[in-house]
Amino acid sequence: MDLALLLVFSTPLALAAMGELVGQRSGVINIGLEGMMLIAAFLGVYVAKSTGSIPLAFLVPAIAGAALGLVSGFFTVRLGADQVVVGTAINFLALGATGLAYRSIYGTSGQLLDVAAMTKFWGIDGMVVLMLLLIPIIGFAIYRTNWGLVLRAAGDYPKAAEAAGYSVSRIRMQAVVIGGVFAGLAGAYLSLGVANSFAEGMTAGRGFVAIALVTFGRWRPLYVTLAALLIGYCQSLKFSLQESGVPAFVIVALLILSAIAVLGVVLARRVHYRNAAWILVFGGLAVSALLNLPKTVAVPSQLWLALPYVVALAVLIVVGKGTVAPGALGIAYKRER
Amino acid sequence: MVGLFAILILTLLVLRLPVGDSLTLLYQGAFGSEAGVHRTLVRAIPLVLCGLGVIVAWRAGMYNIGGEGQFVAGGIAAAAAVKPLFAMAQPPAWWVVFLLAGAASIGGGAAWGALAGWLYVKRGVEVVISTILLNFIALQLLVYLASGPLQESKHQLPLTDRLSSGMMLPKFNSQTDLHVGIFLALLTVVAVYIVLYKTKAGFCLRLVGENARVARANRINSGQVRLLSMALSGGLCGLAGGVEYAGVAGQLGSSFSQQWGFLAIPVALLAALNPIWLIPSAIYFAAILAGSKTMAGFVSDGTVLIYVIQAAAVLGLVAIRAYTSRRVIQTEAT
Repeated sequence: MDLALLLVFSTPLALAAMGELVGQRSGVINIGLEGMMLIAAFLGVYVAKSTGSIPLAFLVPAIAGAALGLVSGFFTVRLGADQVVVGTAINFLALGATGLAYRSIYGTSGQLLDVAAMTKFWGIDGMVVLMLLLIPIIGFAIYRTNWGLVLRAAGDYPKAAEAAGYSVSRIRMQAVVIGGVFAGLAGAYLSLGVANSFAEGMTAGRGFVAIALVTFGRWRPLYVTLAALLIGYCQSLKFSLQESGVPAFVIVALLILSAIAVLGVVLARRVHYRNAAWILVFGGLAVSALLNLPKTVAVPSQLWLALPYVVALAVLIVVGKGTVAPGALGIAYKRER
Repeated sequence: MVGLFAILILTLLVLRLPVGDSLTLLYQGAFGSEAGVHRTLVRAIPLVLCGLGVIVAWRAGMYNIGGEGQFVAGGIAAAAAVKPLFAMAQPPAWWVVFLLAGAASIGGGAAWGALAGWLYVKRGVEVVISTILLNFIALQLLVYLASGPLQESKHQLPLTDRLSSGMMLPKFNSQTDLHVGIFLALLTVVAVYIVLYKTKAGFCLRLVGENARVARANRINSGQVRLLSMALSGGLCGLAGGVEYAGVAGQLGSSFSQQWGFLAIPVALLAALNPIWLIPSAIYFAAILAGSKTMAGFVSDGTVLIYVIQAAAVLGLVAIRAYTSRRVIQTEAT
């Protein structure tokens, strides 16, 4: 397995999930993440095509992400609107807006839109480094600063933050804008660093997977990044396997890796024996089914395409929501009540 | 309704399209002729059925955005159930096919929806996330089955066997697509309305969505209610898939789903999650979809246009509602 490829595939997921983590820690679940990434992916290609400047092609989507975060925050934080409804609307807006812009600028021929590949050193570029650096940076910001304390208070028990003299809506707005910036970087990296192109709806659920990763990673920066690596691994599999068929040892490696990741995360929370039983059942079933599968029938390519989603779902089933979720997650805070 | 119209005009302006001409073309394409009316109504059928699915789930507080996957699951179940019929020497009557396909599609969709409901109730997995993941899984399953176990008997194309026209739902006019499934859609609207507003089960469902604590105080098992609402929701979206299969598509392929499950979410939201209001809401968006076919010179595909209109409309509605409710609080405070 190519380590650089794994990192490249995981980066958009990890960046987006990290932004979502900050937002969720403040109590806002950003369902519109997928749409923000999609808009950013388009803007990244558009700017790179028209100016040829890669830094600008990341800056513009990041600003656009922040702007979308402001819009989303205006509805969910300031107006206290339903976070799922607003997020869904933003996703629709993104699908429509990028589709219309793509067609009116690049035509409807369905021709592949090529962008020059980013310069990489040993297969790694600045965004991958940023993803890795974010683990200590976000960790420090959340756990070791006053701002992080207020942020977590706003997500767990907003009344306490308010009583201590902080504005819940201001800190939540800040968190949502930070989430938007990361969503913008993630989307731009997806089109510029991973796909080298733009296609309509190219995010293909990555935003939603990133939201799932935050739950899977127990709202902690390191775990979330590890979870992103796992799903990124699943996504990169379909590219490295399709040429050469499916060697059984790869599947075993995948299963062991996922088992370790799941076990590590769950054990860190000192789980109930019932959860451990879940892991055994799932792991056992998967190993027994998949070990025999390559020997008897060729594995259909659709399985590899569905694998990231299946793994994300399976992991959510195993870890569940648990008790570590921010207490006021998804609940609008209104001062008057 | 005026607001929706204003947003349509605004969108056209933003796209720098000639407003007058576009609206005339849209209207011509959607209602100008018998073919146009049929084109509109046939698109309203899946929107209404999936919209009902959205209403049932959202009313119980379950944000089911997996109508798309449940639609596909319904289509898959229908095609699988109908497959043995192709081996018969005499092709069976359409209603035999439809009874089989319809029942199977409800079952398939309900299973897909109930899975997400079960995950929420038992494992605390957010429905928004699980349903969207299940969408992608259903789509890959569809592609796999259409090129594998359910492939047409010649094994050449990634499609299932095509229903002959005698096996499909009867049409009003052989030149257009509109089929008798529209009666089923209307009947289902009435049925869902009665269940939601005139039965105890529907009351419990709405109560759980509105205020889970009150529901619990009245010894309503909200987990069970939510699980059932997801099954019902999935069943309705699955039925939409079955009707689309037996009425329009006649076979499954990777392009079987035309985003109906997605488009239905704002349709239901703009109908204020009310089954009766769903009908005009669905017809409005179906008309834009149908009408934009004649606007091909301006906009290549109505779906993209509709996404923008829907998003703007939902955000506008949310803002209006938030502002009005905010004003009430302020007057109370002063």
